[in-house]
Amino acid sequence: MSLKRRKFIKVSSAFLASSVVAGSAGWQLIPGTEALAHHPAEKVVPTFCELCFWRCGVDAHVRDGKVYKITGQENHPLSNGRLCPRGTGGHGLLYDPDRLKHPLIRETIDGEQRFRKASWEEALTLIADKYAEITEKYGTESTVMFSHGFGASFFKKLFKAYGIHNFTHPSYAQCRGPRLEAFKLTYGHGVGSPEGLDVKNSKYLVLIGTHLGENMHNTAVQDFADAVSAGCRITVVDPRFSVAAGKAERWLPIKAGTDLALLRAWINVILKEELYDKKFVTENTIGLEELREGVVEATPERTAAYTGIAAEDIVAVARDLGRYKNNALVHPGRHVTWYGDDTQRSRAIAILNALLGNYQMPGGLITQKKYGVPGVKYPVKKAERKLHSKFPLAHSVPSNEVVEQTISGDPWPIKNWFVYGTNLIHSLGEQSKTLEAIQNLDFMVAVDVLPMEITGYADVILPESTYLERYDDLDDRTYRVPYVGIRQPVVPPMYDSKPGHEIAKMLAEKMGLPNLFPDDIETYLDKRLQKIGSSLEELKVKGLLKKPESEIYRRPGKHLKFKTPSGKIELVSNKLRDLGFDAVPQFTQHPENPPGYFRLLFGRAPMHTFGRTSNNRFLGELMPENELWVNEISGRDMKLKHGEYVYLVNQDGAKSKTPIKIRLTQRIRPDAVYMVHGFGHTHPWLKQAGGRGASDADLVTHQSIDPIMGGTGMNNNFVTFTRKA
Amino acid sequence: MARERKYAMIIDTKRCVGCSACVYACKSENDVPEGYCRDWIVQRVEGTFPNLKMLNRSERCQHCEEAPCVTNCPTGASYYPGDGTVQIERNLCTGCKACIAACPYDARYIHPDGYADKCSFCQHRLKDGLKPACVTVCPTKTLHLVDLNSNDGEAERLMEGRTVTQDKVHAGTKPKLYWLA
Repeated sequence: MSLKRRKFIKVSSAFLASSVVAGSAGWQLIPGTEALAHHPAEKVVPTFCELCFWRCGVDAHVRDGKVYKITGQENHPLSNGRLCPRGTGGHGLLYDPDRLKHPLIRETIDGEQRFRKASWEEALTLIADKYAEITEKYGTESTVMFSHGFGASFFKKLFKAYGIHNFTHPSYAQCRGPRLEAFKLTYGHGVGSPEGLDVKNSKYLVLIGTHLGENMHNTAVQDFADAVSAGCRITVVDPRFSVAAGKAERWLPIKAGTDLALLRAWINVILKEELYDKKFVTENTIGLEELREGVVEATPERTAAYTGIAAEDIVAVARDLGRYKNNALVHPGRHVTWYGDDTQRSRAIAILNALLGNYQMPGGLITQKKYGVPGVKYPVKKAERKLHSKFPLAHSVPSNEVVEQTISGDPWPIKNWFVYGTNLIHSLGEQSKTLEAIQNLDFMVAVDVLPMEITGYADVILPESTYLERYDDLDDRTYRVPYVGIRQPVVPPMYDSKPGHEIAKMLAEKMGLPNLFPDDIETYLDKRLQKIGSSLEELKVKGLLKKPESEIYRRPGKHLKFKTPSGKIELVSNKLRDLGFDAVPQFTQHPENPPGYFRLLFGRAPMHTFGRTSNNRFLGELMPENELWVNEISGRDMKLKHGEYVYLVNQDGAKSKTPIKIRLTQRIRPDAVYMVHGFGHTHPWLKQAGGRGASDADLVTHQSIDPIMGGTGMNNNFVTFTRKA
Repeated sequence: MARERKYAMIIDTKRCVGCSACVYACKSENDVPEGYCRDWIVQRVEGTFPNLKMLNRSERCQHCEEAPCVTNCPTGASYYPGDGTVQIERNLCTGCKACIAACPYDARYIHPDGYADKCSFCQHRLKDGLKPACVTVCPTKTLHLVDLNSNDGEAERLMEGRTVTQDKVHAGTKPKLYWLA
């Protein structure tokens, strides 16, 4: 057996062991009584959240130099004074005793790999030297940056100036990518994030797998609750009885993997019964007749056999959609990489909405605007080559393709990864490939706040300050209420951590670009804000500037123009046809459960954001671990006991690294099981999250690749149970 | 003389998604120690697949008008301050747990520092004209603190046309949490 070059470092060095103890100094809550709650010295600092990626405006409340609570910013369009549990417990990240505290460098002594504490000077010099060496040997095209999160922007500027143009985000091919491409193909633009959906004014709403309320984007859930109160009629399509399903008049527990069949049947009925918005479709779309022919086989009866949903229910929902037309909405979802035909499924959703004529109508799809703060020009150095996806319609390079190329070296070697804030071990499927790719690297830098699994494979770890300790760039957000928000330090950086902008500036100097960031961050932000007649001083106090709600609805008679090849909404996509794909979405069946196995589904809980928050002690109190939802009858058949811990084994023999608690429930179909994503951490430095619950990523050994844009469908995996460790 | 207040809470379960923001907002506002809480979420599901119903409820002390915790407190630590709430004077509390045994709603716990603790409707915030932390944070606007003695009509407006339930009314405690179905 050959000795692997890059081992995951499990054994902490002496300094780390002791620093964990020292770190607990920041952990104590301030002892106090209610009389102290309105401390005269309380300071309130407006900033925006980073517990998920919605970026709600928050007020951080500080007493005696410590953040003791976080509330929603009253004036912020994404918060409206309110906040989700994650944002409320955000200081659990700031005071997490397991945080990365110092730069760390991998070293090997007597054959044993370990991390040792390093100064910023040493760590950044090493990175600059390595980048020069790798660039000399393989060119800048051999370096790739993976990122997730708002703080990545300054590193991107640095890399572009250095000649590195390979950027990849798991939020694309592992999450929202298919939706983006499908809506671009159909409407010429994506739905955005926050989504341009007027849910709060919808009269009829269809959610397909979208579990609003458990997927806890603050404003999206606020809007959903408003719709519920206003009497919006809701249909939820989900193999699981989600919280949203609990609010719906109709729950359709669909057989997983057949959603596209259902969508096609709805299109079929709406066309056949002439329920669509004829004027809108005639004026604004192309391909109606071909669409009609393309879905002719999708009869409710045939679809019932695929989906397990009664034909009369399929017809009833189609008629309701037709009845509410302009004010009905089929929600496009968010995490949509399920079965590998996800672009086509998202296309069917886009088409269905187009038939309803809900574009720029109350309760439908709306277009949002940016506040519009002029940017700053940075120098860009050309690269010899840069990564392009092999998938024809991918507008971003799928991270899994980067993994493949790192393994194959074809068409050129990838030797250097820069990983910002994304735990690739949990966010990508086919873990074994990620690990294999890592072995092919000459160098890897990880920038993170916590010791996530991926950091254990890095050569250099740079500890970034949390969002509560740093400035970031301005949040010039595209939303129905255009606004620009500021992130500012609430407390000074703890330990030897540094904000991303400062790390990038220091690194630029080491990498031979001393003038790339001429200003300190405050001057930079102030200069940007001066251009819109504001100042850093103003934003630091107000937290944001906003414009009145933009005109989100179309006026009667308004001529619409779409950035598609035809200038119209494309019910039929010739672009797809020309590339050899179905111009009208067609349904193909997906693999079935092997006997004794259950389809593995995963989703979200309101208290956590993937694996990023599972080490947060505050949020851990609300939800310490995930559970495996198993239908009670299936559980009885498999002799599972409610509350017992089991390991999961998938169709390829892959086993969960950690056991998971069984939750026997009526709330799921008998052929599927479900868990919340983000648990099952194995990094020994994660003292709270380590070993709690299981990770679906351990079990996603099969990925169904979307041939249109390279998305990784993760829901074609099947698991069974074992009590053996 | 100022009108006497009578605080109560109206909870619109139709809007609640059970996210627990109220639970953590309370913990940070009131410095509730690890492992304890003053409010909590109950999620109840009835029926069998696929005919199911769900109820999400944010729960806490009911601030009863005939509160058994007050009646049973041997030291007078649990008391009515006259604003419709039930409060605890920590200095008088010996941690004897008589109130915990008496409370039909399991709303109290013994703080590690030795006194009984529970939801206060964030009395310190009410005094400053603020709503309780849970009410303020709630992303779905499920929670409403109302003054039943006020003539602002808020309670009536919220309850109009809705099915209103209360918990364990038979216990005779006259609770002041109202759930809207």
